[in-house]
Amino acid sequence: MVTLELTISLLAVGLLVGIPLALGQVYARRELVLLTSIYERFFRSIPALVLLFLFFFGSSFLGISLSPFLSAVLALGFRSSAYQSQIFRGAIQSIRQGQMTAARSIGMSKFQAIWHVILPQALRRSIPSWSNEYSSVVKDTSLAYAVGVIELVRQGRYIIVRTFEPMIIYITIAVIYFVLTYAGNRFLGYLEGRLEIPGFEAKRRKE
Amino acid sequence: MSDKKTITLKVANIHKAYGTEEVLKGISFEVKKGETKVIIGPSGTGKSTLLRCVNRLTIPDAGRIWLDGVEVTHPRTDINKVRQSIGMVFQDFNLFSHLSALDNVRIGLIKVGKMEKRKATEEAMRQLARVGLEDKAASYPAELSGGQQQRVSIARALAMKPRLMLFDEPTSALDPELIGEVLEAMRDLAESGMTMVVVSHEMGFARSVCNEIIFIENGVIVEQGPPEVMFENPQHHRTKEFLCKISELYGKSERK
Amino acid sequence: MNFFELAYDILPALLKGTVVTLELTACSISLGFVLGICLALGRLYGNRPVSAFCAGYIQFFRGTPLLVQLLILYYGLPPYGIRLSSFVAGILGLGLNSAAYQAEYFRGAIQSISRGQMMAARAIGMSKFKTILNIILPQALRIVIPSWSNELIYTLKYSSVAYMIGAPELMAQGKIIAAENFRYFEVFLVVAFIYLVAVLIVSRALNMVERRVRIPGLQMAESI
Repeated sequence: MVTLELTISLLAVGLLVGIPLALGQVYARRELVLLTSIYERFFRSIPALVLLFLFFFGSSFLGISLSPFLSAVLALGFRSSAYQSQIFRGAIQSIRQGQMTAARSIGMSKFQAIWHVILPQALRRSIPSWSNEYSSVVKDTSLAYAVGVIELVRQGRYIIVRTFEPMIIYITIAVIYFVLTYAGNRFLGYLEGRLEIPGFEAKRRKE
Repeated sequence: MSDKKTITLKVANIHKAYGTEEVLKGISFEVKKGETKVIIGPSGTGKSTLLRCVNRLTIPDAGRIWLDGVEVTHPRTDINKVRQSIGMVFQDFNLFSHLSALDNVRIGLIKVGKMEKRKATEEAMRQLARVGLEDKAASYPAELSGGQQQRVSIARALAMKPRLMLFDEPTSALDPELIGEVLEAMRDLAESGMTMVVVSHEMGFARSVCNEIIFIENGVIVEQGPPEVMFENPQHHRTKEFLCKISELYGKSERK
Repeated sequence: MNFFELAYDILPALLKGTVVTLELTACSISLGFVLGICLALGRLYGNRPVSAFCAGYIQFFRGTPLLVQLLILYYGLPPYGIRLSSFVAGILGLGLNSAAYQAEYFRGAIQSISRGQMMAARAIGMSKFKTILNIILPQALRIVIPSWSNELIYTLKYSSVAYMIGAPELMAQGKIIAAENFRYFEVFLVVAFIYLVAVLIVSRALNMVERRVRIPGLQMAESI
């Protein structure tokens, strides 16, 4: 249903924008780093709801006509990219310098080193935090209701208007969201297990 | 054997299992007032567990323990009260990270002993001076060396005026050059008449200050006796093997 | 009028909404704090039913959207006779939600304090209660500051969701103004700016607090 489409689309946007952003933060020149920091700060300091409105109204302000769905995807997608870039940045920086040095010393270009050595490791390390972001995003899609997207909450309200049982409907909706987040987290945990490199400190966090 | 001295600690038939593995298989011994006993044995034989049973931080599966006649293991005993009479020094020091050295020593007096703040401060400073650290009273644990931290933890335990002191491998987590200062503090304590039970590998300490060495392996007491007998003429071959190994490892020269 | 004139014009009205936003934030984070500590302690030190209840509470409130929680409180309760104002429902919803997240932060902080310290405290005769009060909490509360700062900022931002149930906070004010002059985008740009400034100020303030209570060697949890 729409909620899932929303989630997946905006996570994709977030991913596609987030990874380059993270790389920019770590490897690029100072001016670029500053730019990306500002981008990131902006998108993280403003409430999701405000961002949704900005994109929704902003598009018509700029003369482009966007469907509610699309403006929600863009708004939440860019927002997610700011958070995701943080996640990836942390993961990339947690990989020891030695790896990059070793890659360069066998003749790889910076780009090749990043693509073949750094990213595979960083992406694996990001999975737990990314799992959190997934949960956040699923729940934030409920806010798209405010700009008119016909997602889960709105559908719920339609039903309530007809049946007058708000409590039950809302609880059901809550349960559905819960299942979505839970299932997603389980899946990502499974993925993490499958991709684990034996002996790798993916399990650094011992409580 | 002179029965004139009272028995401070009596341990009877302690059993303890973790899951399917039985770590203590019926340990019994006594400590008279003023005596120092050192428990030795291979790692993982439950020596720490045994010590923790004495102040009931770990509850034994079977067996009983008495401190000056009060049964520690009885469920109705006020364990917090009993623990005030038993001082414990840990391998990892376990100082309270958010408190200065003085506060570490003082907090037990104020919160448990209900002492008034000024008196508690005096007493705490006295204990810190006893271990030679009165000038570090305002320092936080992270600012102190391992040896200093351990000495503060000894002061903390002593401040409660215990009748029995338990030491759980007090020097095992220390760098070699810091071990000496802690052992010296312990030696002073023993010579001043404190009743002590020490789990340690420090043979030099064992030979010089203790009244009896207890060798535990595989959950049972293999042999026990005064240091002269244990070192010169051990009865059991396992005792001999273990002592040889330890002497090699720790390179302790013979003390005559 | 151009953008800046507009901004200047609507600022007073928006600030009225900002005050409500700040009230919502302050009340709900306090509720979350008290409840959060109780939940964390219950989860870690309580008996089995208590611990399970706390864990369940935390799971539910973290696994479901804030909006849905607010809707339940505002629209779901009236049929059962409980009619909450949007402001109260907002505080309750944000607070109960925040409590779940704060509980997890507290739990992490408490668990990061070595068990050895708990043992040492018991060994000098402190009861479980005294140990928690004098040894565990003073350290945990310091360790949790970076995460708690995050939570405060999060609450500040998500107070905007209370708009959806009619609370007269900043977003609502923005909507009202925009509905009058039809300059939606620009109005919300100003709203966004106000949030930005608020978040910046709060971050700075919390940074100063963190530095004040720092104890040498006491590990702070990694800031996100």
